[in-house]
Amino acid sequence: MTTTTSRAPLQAATRRRRPFNPRRAGAWALLALAIAVSVVPFLWVLRTALSTNSALASNSASLLPAEFTFGAFMRVFGLQSPADAVAEGGSGAAIDFWLYLKNSIIFSSITTAGAVFFSAMAAYAFARLRWKGRNVVFGLFLGTMLVPPIFTALPNFLLIKNLDLLNTMLGMVLPYVFMTPFAIFFLRQFFLNMSREVEEAAMLDGAKHLRIFFQIVLPNAAAPLATLALLTFIGQWNEYFWPLLVGSQDDVRVLQVGLGVFKSQSPQGAPDWSGLMAAVLVSALPILILFAAFGKKIVNSIGFSGIK
Amino acid sequence: MTTLAKHARSAPPQPGAPKPRGGYRRLGDLKIALFFIAPAMIGFIFFYVVPTIRGVYLSFTEYNILGDPTWVGMDNYSAIAKDPLFWNSLAVTGQYVFLNIVLQTALALGLALLMHKVAKSTLIRGALLLPWMMSNVIAALLWFWMLDYQIGVVNQFIEWAGLPRVAFFGSEEWAIPTQALINTWRHMGYTALLIFAGMQAIPGHIYEVAKLDGASPFQTFRKITIPLLRPVLVLVLVVTVIGSFQVFDTVSVTTGGGPVNATRVIQYYIYQRAFTESDFGYGSAIAVILFLILALVAFIQMKFLKGNESDLD
Repeated sequence: MTTTTSRAPLQAATRRRRPFNPRRAGAWALLALAIAVSVVPFLWVLRTALSTNSALASNSASLLPAEFTFGAFMRVFGLQSPADAVAEGGSGAAIDFWLYLKNSIIFSSITTAGAVFFSAMAAYAFARLRWKGRNVVFGLFLGTMLVPPIFTALPNFLLIKNLDLLNTMLGMVLPYVFMTPFAIFFLRQFFLNMSREVEEAAMLDGAKHLRIFFQIVLPNAAAPLATLALLTFIGQWNEYFWPLLVGSQDDVRVLQVGLGVFKSQSPQGAPDWSGLMAAVLVSALPILILFAAFGKKIVNSIGFSGIK
Repeated sequence: MTTLAKHARSAPPQPGAPKPRGGYRRLGDLKIALFFIAPAMIGFIFFYVVPTIRGVYLSFTEYNILGDPTWVGMDNYSAIAKDPLFWNSLAVTGQYVFLNIVLQTALALGLALLMHKVAKSTLIRGALLLPWMMSNVIAALLWFWMLDYQIGVVNQFIEWAGLPRVAFFGSEEWAIPTQALINTWRHMGYTALLIFAGMQAIPGHIYEVAKLDGASPFQTFRKITIPLLRPVLVLVLVVTVIGSFQVFDTVSVTTGGGPVNATRVIQYYIYQRAFTESDFGYGSAIAVILFLILALVAFIQMKFLKGNESDLD
């Protein structure tokens, strides 16, 4: 918000005055370099994914795909026969892409929906209700942000194992679905700043908290809820450690874990580079689409989410 | 979303809705609060509180999953003190953390300054954020390919520059710096945005006064920007240090702890002891030590750098 208001006059003033400023040009060059470092690797991945493995070795630096083919993508989608894959220099390693994609979508969607909704409920209690011990409990909840995930991962793994939920979607989802400390903190900040008037008017009309929560608080917090859902989904999509521990078998394996397996399947001598890079791109695609659609929202939320 | 909100605001009061009962007010909102907090409380107790206690308990036991844990007191800890692999993992992690802090903070500060001075466009910020949106696994695989010894493009350029090829993942001296570089690549833009947001919050009139007093840009940066950014910088440092102490994904996907022990970082060592060697007691004890280190680091950083106070207030 503050950026958009202050940006326009500032840029107009500085840009018009000076026609050429070497320091400014240098600054732009550095910025361009940083952008290139951030973006060019993805183009390189695309170029590799569109090449055949056999041509990659002799053509290791040309910008265009070496022996252009969609073979690697077909391989990832399971549309290429092993014989064709080997003919294009693939290792014959396979990835059950559609299954892992489905698992990733289920895992990320359930955890995101659950965590955002239940955290919103809790945040409402922390921000809008008056009860004894509220701040103590909130402090304890916040404290969990300090516990390193590896520390809880070991006992959580044992718990899921004791419940006989290893290699089930339920077991993978449980630790995340009830809340995340960050989500509660994030939403509490917004709920605290909401005006009490609408709420009190509704209260006088006899509305109960449940209705206030669903019909006033949630709709009014649609924007922060969407941002939080977006950030949570991206985080869950990229999660590796917990799904590796609990969902290592094929039927619940998510894409991130699948990528690791796909990579380690290829023998050390000749990995299926173009297949691997095609898989990398396709795994990143949902995030890239989200980013294209909501990039501004994500970018603008960084200042808030980080500084707290 | 706006339509929904409008709808809610203009929702007519239900005529038949029950009035709040008398006793309900006097109790405060405790009852209804318990209802709202219940799901989160389940998650909090079962997946944070109990595991924390259980983790500490397990660290005093010998436990291989089959059967019950046997209490062994401080045995795990005294074994860790004499375990060269543990000390190696601590040293390797320390090296990684140090490289990360230096590279990431310096680059991010520079980038933030560039954004602040020349371009605040959302598009540019978005481009810099792209690597951060990717998973560690994807970042690792992408660089695993680009840094390949034989046909990786980076080594191609290094050769063109007349330098010898670098075995980024295969040599003991390069393995950790390479992991740190990958992480820096992924987080540089994100960290820069945090610092940039902090810079935006510094009121412009302070700079105007400095300019009137004849301060050089460097002086302004050193005497105004950096001190006023302190809370943000402390946050960035805490987040970077705590995050990089827990490096796992990139190591797991690329080097798997090797070559020899060069990238066996603490979290990877915990993983190996607990899950590949089924030694949960020992793994838990290292996890407790890691927990203590992180708590200490956060405490020192907050105290030493007085992160909670802002000079702007």
